[in-house]
Amino acid sequence: MERISIDEARHVARLARLDLADGELDKLTGELSDLLEHVEAIRRLDTAEVPPTAHPLPLSNVFRPDEVRPSLERAEVLAAAPATEADRFLVPRILGEAP
Amino acid sequence: MAEYETVVGLEVHCELSTRTKLFCGCANAFGAEPNTNVCPVCLGLPGSLPVLNEQAVELAMRIGEALHCEIRPSIFHRKNYFYPDMPKDYQISQYDEPINVDGLLELPDGSRVGIVRAHMEEDTGKTTHVGGGGRIHEAGHSLVDYNRAGVPLVEIVSAPDITSAAQARAYVAELRAILVATGASDGRMEEGSLRVDANVSIRRAGSDELGTRCEVKNLNSLRSLGRAIEHEADRQASLVDSGERVTQETRHWDENASRTHSLRSKEEAYDYRYFPEPDLVPLVPDEALRQRASSALGLMPAARRARLQAALGGAEHARALMDQIGTVIELSLDDLVLAASAGGADPKHALNRAANELASQGERARALDPVSFASLLALESSGTLSATQVKAVLPELVEHGGDPAEVARRHGFEQLGTEELESAIDGVISASPTEWERYVSGDARIAGFLAGQVMKATRGRANGKVVAEALAARRAGVSAR
Repeated sequence: MERISIDEARHVARLARLDLADGELDKLTGELSDLLEHVEAIRRLDTAEVPPTAHPLPLSNVFRPDEVRPSLERAEVLAAAPATEADRFLVPRILGEAP
Repeated sequence: MAEYETVVGLEVHCELSTRTKLFCGCANAFGAEPNTNVCPVCLGLPGSLPVLNEQAVELAMRIGEALHCEIRPSIFHRKNYFYPDMPKDYQISQYDEPINVDGLLELPDGSRVGIVRAHMEEDTGKTTHVGGGGRIHEAGHSLVDYNRAGVPLVEIVSAPDITSAAQARAYVAELRAILVATGASDGRMEEGSLRVDANVSIRRAGSDELGTRCEVKNLNSLRSLGRAIEHEADRQASLVDSGERVTQETRHWDENASRTHSLRSKEEAYDYRYFPEPDLVPLVPDEALRQRASSALGLMPAARRARLQAALGGAEHARALMDQIGTVIELSLDDLVLAASAGGADPKHALNRAANELASQGERARALDPVSFASLLALESSGTLSATQVKAVLPELVEHGGDPAEVARRHGFEQLGTEELESAIDGVISASPTEWERYVSGDARIAGFLAGQVMKATRGRANGKVVAEALAARRAGVSAR
């Protein structure tokens, strides 16, 4: 039976930038473990004959033609930014390069 | 110091030449006003849905075919990370089921580099760091333009088969030529259409084990790529020689300081929590797609080299000739050389003028009419025009077209009449009697001086070969008397 530790739960919360109080962390650790148990139950089934499912709909190759459609007005776009400068989104000092 | 081998694997990000982005209809255009080519999809606004660009799929498949990959059914994943260049906080990419795998690239020297995969993904926005001289760690704040966010990319990952800086450069040059030939990319490194990261490690010569690698970023030109690999391999060798270990990390190439410096340690590597993108369905390259991709594939550089070599007679050529072949293929002037040769020009002559004089004319040289190119070359080989005159006529032919003989006449390059030439020689003989005597008495070294004087007197309009012949004929006349 796979259970996850509170440290693992804390790590996952940090990756998702969730600031959880200790009580919330305890609760979510339990819920995550329950989810894993559910997956464990599914894993006990014989799926040798079942192809991997990438999508619930039996669809493939949904395409769009390569044709330009109007973009948003810049004023509208920048209105959503907390701060702007020189028609760009202004963000705080970045620590480190992009991944 | 111990003997080491350098081992390099390259990751090349290629922006596809589509009209629109990968998952939305915003224009894929370099240099547009900031944040004018964005919409709810590429900004990741709630409720928006990505739909795959069919042309991007075709271009990705052309790349796969040109690199001899297995083109297979694939799916898209979300790669989750928080960074301001990705407004969605995830990048849609391909993870464990990419569209192209297991390919191969053969370099002009015959060496082969394996292609591990060539997968599709979306580009990120462009950040500018303000303050601190534009350096990221010292910047006060950063500005983001999302025009590039969502532009289609194919990331081509090579096997660690590259063993030198020179081979790495040759690989990128050949890959670039292939990408341009497929029509997938404009190949402009300076505009960021091609971006290269190098995974560099060293090992003791003859060993099969791979050493700890460092990923070097910020390689904006072939020159930077070569220099960065050499410096990074040297740095690792000195570390190992002094008993230290190489740490796996990402390093930034600083072109001005000629060194790499550490960006972040891979120990704190990102945990991307990849999962299948639920908003996109699988991509299955069916027969119709495969047909379209392969029929659109142009002739690849290797085939074009072989074709040109055959026209030049044989496959083995001197280094200088191989360089000229490389130049005309890179500039797509090979069709012109072949057409001029078919029109009667000497292939080596055509190649030489194309690789030198035409190459300096930029992209418009491609549009030169091969018939007019061939007749210009004919005027040169018959001695009607001198090499200098041909070089003066070519740019005008490229610019305005027209009949080369006509253009030459307009330049005052019409062939000097025999009478005019003979009178110029008379002038030189009376002006330089001593030199003329030396020439008549058989001093061959003075011939060049006399010819030069005649050229000067005719203001370069005479043909060097014709002048030499005329001088020799005159001397024969004198000696016979």
